[in-house]
Amino acid sequence: MIYEVSNLAIIIFLFIVGLVLGLSFYFARKTKSASKYYAAGGNIHWAVNGIAFAGDYLSAASFLGICGMIAYSGYDGFLYSIGYLAGWVVALFLVAEPLKKLGKYTFTDALDSRFNSKHIKLAASISTLIVSLFYLIPQMVGAGDLIVPLLGLPHWIGVLLVGSIVILIVATAGMTSTTYVQFIKGALLVVFSTILTFQILNKGISLTPNENYHQFLKTEAVVSNGVLSQMVDPSYQLVKTTVVDNLEFAQLEKDGSLYWFHVNKQGDKAVLDEMLYMTTLPDGSVLYNGAPKSERKFYQVGHLSKIVVDGKEVSKTGPLGPFEFLKAIENSEVVRFSKKAFTDGEDKVTVWRQNVTTGKDVMKPGLLYKLSSAAGATSWDRLNFISLMLALFLGTSALPHILIRYYTVPSQRAARKSTIVGISAIGFFYILTLYMGLGAMVNGVLDVESSNMSAPLLAKTFGVGLFSIISAIAFATVLGTVSGLIVASSGAIAHDFIDKYLQVEMTDKGKVKAGKIAAVCVGLFAILLGILFKGMNVSFLVGLAFAVAASANLPAILFLLFWEKTTAKGIAWSIVVGIVTSIGIILFSPTMWEKYGLIPADAPIPLDNPGIISIPLAVITLVAVSLMTQKENLTKTNK
Amino acid sequence: MLHEPAARIETDKAASKKAKLGVKMFLFYTLVYAGFVFIGLARPEWMGLEAIRGLNVAILYGFGLILLAIIMGFIYNYLCTRMEDEMNKH
Repeated sequence: MIYEVSNLAIIIFLFIVGLVLGLSFYFARKTKSASKYYAAGGNIHWAVNGIAFAGDYLSAASFLGICGMIAYSGYDGFLYSIGYLAGWVVALFLVAEPLKKLGKYTFTDALDSRFNSKHIKLAASISTLIVSLFYLIPQMVGAGDLIVPLLGLPHWIGVLLVGSIVILIVATAGMTSTTYVQFIKGALLVVFSTILTFQILNKGISLTPNENYHQFLKTEAVVSNGVLSQMVDPSYQLVKTTVVDNLEFAQLEKDGSLYWFHVNKQGDKAVLDEMLYMTTLPDGSVLYNGAPKSERKFYQVGHLSKIVVDGKEVSKTGPLGPFEFLKAIENSEVVRFSKKAFTDGEDKVTVWRQNVTTGKDVMKPGLLYKLSSAAGATSWDRLNFISLMLALFLGTSALPHILIRYYTVPSQRAARKSTIVGISAIGFFYILTLYMGLGAMVNGVLDVESSNMSAPLLAKTFGVGLFSIISAIAFATVLGTVSGLIVASSGAIAHDFIDKYLQVEMTDKGKVKAGKIAAVCVGLFAILLGILFKGMNVSFLVGLAFAVAASANLPAILFLLFWEKTTAKGIAWSIVVGIVTSIGIILFSPTMWEKYGLIPADAPIPLDNPGIISIPLAVITLVAVSLMTQKENLTKTNK
Repeated sequence: MLHEPAARIETDKAASKKAKLGVKMFLFYTLVYAGFVFIGLARPEWMGLEAIRGLNVAILYGFGLILLAIIMGFIYNYLCTRMEDEMNKH
C-alpha cells in the first residue's frame, strides 16, 4: 500500500520524539547511582507509576495488534483484551506486594532473595532476556509498520529509528526517563483512543465506508459439466481457473487488464467476485493488482454488505450509542478479506477474497479459534484456545519488564495502589479496542498487507490531524514499552549476570555504565529482530511472549511465595524446563512452519500456543526437584 | 550477598491477612474467568445467545470480566488499607 505523507504528521511525530528525548536528557543528569538507573530511586508516586504501568503494558500489541486482529477476525481478537486484563488480577492479588518486599532492581533479585543461588541467578537472568526479546520483536515490527504511512519511509528505517531513540532514552537515564515516557504515552493513548471511539460512534455505519472506496467488480459465468464455459458479460475474457483448498479462482481479462476473481458456483451458473491480489514474479519484483505499487491499484478494504437496524435493512445508520453500535454490527453482514496463496506457473500469487460473514459470527469467538464441532473444530483447536487463555491469564504477572515497575515505588501500599490505577486505565482502554477494531473492520481502511495498521488508518478517515496524533502516540507507545524491555534486559545482563552471577567487582558508577552498555547491545539486537520478523501480527507474537513468561517465570514466583518447600534448584530447573518446552513447541508449531515456508498442517506439533503443556511441565519440575533437594532448605534465609 | 529491597520496607502486621484475602479474591476471579473459557469450549453456541439490551453473552461476559477486575481491585485496596491501618497502628 502507498500512503500520502502529511507535513502535520511529521511535525507531531518530531514533537513527540523531541519531548521524550528532552525528558531523557533532563533526567540523565540525576541518574548517577544503580538504584536510580534500575529502579528510579524507588521514589515514583503511585499514581504516576499506575499510569506508567498502563504505558508500559499497552504496547504495540495492544494498540496495533489487538485492534488489527479484531478488524480481521472479530471477537477472537478481543479475547486478547480480556486475557491481557485478567492477567492483572494475578499480579494484584498474588504478586504485587510480596514481590515489592522481596526484590531490589530485577525479577531475579526477588526469586533469589531467600537463597543466594547461582543457579537461580543464571536461569532467571536468561529467562528475563528471552522473554524480553520475545516481547521486543513485535514492538519493533509494529514500529516499522507505523513509519511507512506516517513518514513514508521503508519498514526497516522505522525499526532502526525506534531502536536508536530507545537506546538513547535508556542509555541516558534508565528507569527514571523510562517511567515518565511511559506515563506520558499511557495517558495520551487512553485519551486519544477515547476520542477515536467517540468519532466512530458519531459516524455510525454505512454500506459505503467513504467516497473513495473501491467498487468491487462482480460478474457471472455459465457453468457446463462443472467448469466455467462462458462469461455472461462479453467484456470479460476467461484466461484460466485454479482450485486452492476447495476454493476456485478465475483469472479474467477486461479492457486489457488482468484480474483474479473468486468463483461461487450455483448450479449451471457462477457468480464471480473481484479479489485483491499480489503477484511475485520470478525476478522478485512484486505487482499489486497486476501493476507496480506506484500505480496505486491496491486498495484499502473492509465494508458491510448489509446493515440491519431494528429489523429493517438500511444503507447507513447515523450516530450510534456504544451498545447500539455493537448491536447494529451483530445484526448486519460484514465483508472480510481472507488470504490465500498459490503458485501460477513461475509466479507466486497471494489473493484476498471477499468473505461475507454474518455479524453474529463476528461478535462471538470462532473466526480465528475454531471452537464448535459444526465449524470443524478439532481437539487441538480447543487445546489451542485453552492454552491461549491460560497464557494470557498467567503471563502478565511473569513479565520481567512489568515486575520491575514494583521497585520504582516507595512502599507495598504504593505498589498495590499503582496496580489498581494501572488496571483501571488498561481495562478502560481494552474496552475501547473492540470499538476501534470493529470500526476499522467496516470503514474501508484495512491494509491487507499489515493488520497492524488498522487503528491508525481508521483515525485517518477522521482527518489527518487525528491520524497524525494517533500515529505519533502509537510510535511513543512502542518507545515506552521498548524502553521498559531494554531496562529489564540490561538489568538481566549487567546486574543479574555480570554483577551477581559472575561477581565482577564494580563501583556503583561502573554498574550504571555496565547497564548502559548492555542496553545498547540489546537495542541493536532488537533492531535486527524487528527487520527479520516484518509482516507478523504483533499481538500474536506478544501472545507467545506471554506463554514463555507464564511457563518460565510464574511457577517460580508463585511457589516461592506460597510453598515453603520450594528450593533454589527447584526454581532454577522449572525456569529451564519452562523456557525449553515453550520455545520448543513454538518452533515446531504450525505458525512457525508457515514462517519457514513449509505447509502449516505438516507441523510436528499442531499447537500454536504452548502454555497448556509447558506451564504444567514447569510446575511438575519445580515440585519434583524441590522435593528431591529438601536439604537445601536448611540454609534458606526466611524473610 | 543477599539482594535487598530498593526501598526500606516497614514490618507489615497485616501481611498474612492481606495475602489470604488476595488468594480468595484471586480464586473467585479465576472461577469466573474459567466459566468464560468453559462456555467457549463446551457450549460455544451460548456465546452468540442474546442476553441483555440486544447484546450477546460473549460481549457481556467479556466486558463483565474486564469491569469485574477493576471493581475487585478497588474492593481489595479498600479492605487492605483498612487492615493495614488497624493492625499497624502501634
